[in-house]
Amino acid sequence: MTTKRTEIPEPAVPRPPAFSRKDLLDIESITEDDIRLVLDTAESMREINQRSIKKVPTLRGKLVANLFFENSTRTRFSFEVAERRLSADSIALSATGTSVAKGETLLDTGRNLMAMAPDAIVIRHSRAGAAHLLARHLPCAVVNAGDGAHAHPTQALLDAFTIRRAKGSLAGLRVAICGDVSHSRVARSDVSLLTKMGAGVTLFGPATLLPVEIERTGARVVTRVEEAVEGADVVMILRVQKERGGGLGFPSDKEYFELFGLTPERLRLAKKDAIVMHPGPMNRGVEIDSAVADGPDSVILDQVENGVAVRMAVLYLLIGASGDE
Amino acid sequence: MGEAAGTYRKLRLLDGAGQGRAIARMAREIVEAEGGTEGFVLIGIRTRGVPLARRLAGEIERTERERVPVGLLDITLYRDDLSTVAASPVLKKTEIPFPVEGRTVVLCDDVIYTGRTVRAAMDAILDFGRPRKILLAVLVDRGRRELPIEAQFVGKRIATSATEIVSVTFRETDGVDDVWLLDREASAKAARRAPRPTAKKRAKRRPKGQAVRKA
Repeated sequence: MTTKRTEIPEPAVPRPPAFSRKDLLDIESITEDDIRLVLDTAESMREINQRSIKKVPTLRGKLVANLFFENSTRTRFSFEVAERRLSADSIALSATGTSVAKGETLLDTGRNLMAMAPDAIVIRHSRAGAAHLLARHLPCAVVNAGDGAHAHPTQALLDAFTIRRAKGSLAGLRVAICGDVSHSRVARSDVSLLTKMGAGVTLFGPATLLPVEIERTGARVVTRVEEAVEGADVVMILRVQKERGGGLGFPSDKEYFELFGLTPERLRLAKKDAIVMHPGPMNRGVEIDSAVADGPDSVILDQVENGVAVRMAVLYLLIGASGDE
Repeated sequence: MGEAAGTYRKLRLLDGAGQGRAIARMAREIVEAEGGTEGFVLIGIRTRGVPLARRLAGEIERTERERVPVGLLDITLYRDDLSTVAASPVLKKTEIPFPVEGRTVVLCDDVIYTGRTVRAAMDAILDFGRPRKILLAVLVDRGRRELPIEAQFVGKRIATSATEIVSVTFRETDGVDDVWLLDREASAKAARRAPRPTAKKRAKRRPKGQAVRKA
């Protein structure tokens, strides 16, 4: 794996002492200081992941419930690894094989789960607002691991962490986000986080895969993929989300690739030291060329590795201390 | 440890020159105990164990012309009182850029008090490998241990009460080399009613196991 890294200087004091919220639901509800705190904490967590014994006793005796009502490999695995590396106990619930399959409502599932007194619930759900609903009604910390097309805050944080490690900082960077924007909670959370931290975001999507009122995100919207990639420090490619109807927006995979896919030729329009990102899972030969995905500019596997450190940071900040004043 | 609000300076334990002499002596003792500079490393516990470790390494380099590796350790994730604090403490980086396997680790901290920090530090070190042995160097031993842990290299020993605070400052972290015994204003008022032993007597008094108190 090729990596592009620069040493991050130690953050200057003074810093805020604590994460400002009980939950992590979306990027909009947290502050810039919260974001910096997560990213700085993740630096320490990353160091643990490089030791021979990759485990610390920090969350011993804490219980984290993972509720994954929607398919997930990376995120679910990443959270589970993060929980174990911090010595938390974790239990997993999925939609099949549980009472959810028998028609129990989400809130009832959550309330019943509370009887087992988890310290945190990590939830992935196909409906936007599922995590917010639980957070409003349950006393434990709730981490949104993706809700419909709404938000995926830990993905945005790990993207920001990966960019910051490669580029030193986020402010002033030009970030191109290209692809199936309308179905992408990653795009929403990324745009929100990156603009909050002072990066300039350019969005490109085929017209059929752009949401209405996209200008309200604060990102620049362009009509050609070349226009987005040109001069970019970071090129982030989104997955065509066929399971959400993303495949209906264009005639064929081949045509999508021809018109919008990130090829080595298109990547040459970006800055010389630009990095290529993809939240996974990739559709090779649709939104991204294998030569780019596996090329020297790709930090796609760094994103996965950094995901564990960022999720450890989020869990530590949310439930490491008692939270009592 | 810096000076906290609501405290006053009660007694200067070491001035800058005294601090320098104490560190020079500790450095000599470490080299003598280890029979040279081979095979041992210094690891400073964040925050003020780090300047102590660097000063010790500097002294050893000055007298022995040999470089001893210095590592930095943040023990926050190993604390036993995390679930009693209101907010998760800010983490600082741990940097141990050398193997500890089979070597002697000299842990360095500014003050030893309950021993809980050192317990956490030992657990952390053991996650990096299996050192041949772990030793402890502290600038001030203030007694009142809550765990069976002792320092092998000590700059100054003083018996303290639970209300007192030992404030160690270093040029690198605080702008000045100094070691003060502080006390809370509230307990000063109580002390005026019932005078405490003089400074000289206090320094001679050996630290003893006393009533267990949560750190």
